[in-house]
Amino acid sequence: MKPSILSALSLLVSCWAAADSSISPSRQQYLNNLLIQDCGSCHGLTMKGGLGPALLPTSLKNKPAAFITATILDGRPGTAMPAWRPLLSDQEAAWLTARLLSGDL
Amino acid sequence: MRYLLLSALLLSTAIHARGTGDLGVLIERADSSVQIVETSNNTSLARVNGLGDLSHASIVYSRDAQFAYVFGRDGGLSKIDILSATLVARTLQSGNSIGGAISQDGRLVAVSNYKPGGVKIFDAETLELVADIPSTYGDKQQTSKVIGLVDSPGQKFVFSLWDAGEIWVLDMSDQNNPAIQKFKAIGLNPYDALITGDGRYYIAGLFGEDGMALLDLWDLDKGVKRILPNYGRGEEKLPVYKMPHLEGWAVAGNLAFVPAVGRHEVLVIDMLNWSEAARIKVHGQPIFVMARPDGRQVWVNFALPNNDTIQIIDTQRLAVVKQIKPGKGVLHMEFEPRGEEVWLSVRDEDRVEVYDTNTFERKAALPAKKPSGIFFTARAHRIGL
Ligand code: HEC
Repeated sequence: MKPSILSALSLLVSCWAAADSSISPSRQQYLNNLLIQDCGSCHGLTMKGGLGPALLPTSLKNKPAAFITATILDGRPGTAMPAWRPLLSDQEAAWLTARLLSGDL
Repeated sequence: MRYLLLSALLLSTAIHARGTGDLGVLIERADSSVQIVETSNNTSLARVNGLGDLSHASIVYSRDAQFAYVFGRDGGLSKIDILSATLVARTLQSGNSIGGAISQDGRLVAVSNYKPGGVKIFDAETLELVADIPSTYGDKQQTSKVIGLVDSPGQKFVFSLWDAGEIWVLDMSDQNNPAIQKFKAIGLNPYDALITGDGRYYIAGLFGEDGMALLDLWDLDKGVKRILPNYGRGEEKLPVYKMPHLEGWAVAGNLAFVPAVGRHEVLVIDMLNWSEAARIKVHGQPIFVMARPDGRQVWVNFALPNNDTIQIIDTQRLAVVKQIKPGKGVLHMEFEPRGEEVWLSVRDEDRVEVYDTNTFERKAALPAKKPSGIFFTARAHRIGL
């Protein structure tokens, strides 16, 4: 009895963890819209640049993904690039980086 | 198909024999299109397609208010006949642009560019290039992004250089010899600017430091004066998810209302001595702070994550008196010319809403694809718009 409760519990916990580590489809949709519309308001709807630089795969090709993710989370002090940490998780920022590097928005 | 025929019919019959005083254009930013709308019955009349990247697009009107000039992000300048809903001219004038203005006499259209930085002047009739003013600065090897371009009396255009921290006054009264007067070291990263309705004061907001830069266009010899030393992000420096706009210089009596940068505040300025008169706490970081034409109310929208909300400030009580939540992504608002109604674009809900400004009741909702800017023809006859 006891072990089965325990294993059920641990199963539940691992499910939660799994749900936590993957971004739900509706959240992905939200993030896609954020990327195009809200990042786009500074970087251009097609990421060709605006007040902020172009974020096309060619413009980012020499920059490690972790560096791009860090830029998104912490911004660039002294520039207009804001820190998105108050609004996005580490995972979500990494997901946005992958979207940018894919070039398929 | 039937729809197409129907709208073509409507176009040729309904739109043709009418004035344009109750017309407007709304930008559908993701769809390279605009809608022509009318404010007497709050309906959409037609759509014009093929206008390129319209994020951050803005519009000015010809003096007869028949033509709208659309400034696209991709550097496209389009001229639309709003009566026939047709694109009559279009030029890709740069790689990356941000806004434009029309001259006092209506003959010249100016566009400000990010890349390559500068201002280009076009013939308003034909869209032929009349003058090219690169925004070179420092050692002249580099050009600055140009922001805050407005027209001012005397065939002048005034604009600011984001990277250089300069304000330039361009006099186009002799088209073949553009004359430029430059004001340097006005402050770090001017992000937007406005001109008062009388065309006298040009004021640039600074992103890189506190304060605003004020230029009295009636007395250029006095140079640029720094005002509101406490205006800005201050010590805290909250992240700014969207640059505030200064276009709608909201003025009521001698008080002006401007968005604070990165703070949940609207600042009130006493224009008699350019000092801070009050700070009003609001729901988020303000983007547009727009006065109803009679100046009695000021409507405010906000940056992420508060961009589903509008607050209304009573300009006598200097307090928020009403809050509404039209939906996600309220990007822009435009008052009807006498202010009884206001139009709001609700980007993420793909619609535009019309509100009664006295009862705050929603009067209409129109479908639109990722709507952003809304521009009514009354702008044709106002300095700086
Ligand atoms: C308010 C304007 C603004 C917004 C909104 C904005 N950025 Fe930026 N961003 C900038 C500026 C300006 C820079 C350049 C900073 C510098 O000079 O180093 C920048 C730089 C970057 C860089 C580094 C590029 C490089 O080549 O090193 C990345 C990546 C980036 N932004 C991603 C994003 C993402 C993702 C979003 C949306 C979640 C976003 N930005 C929203 C203004 C903005």
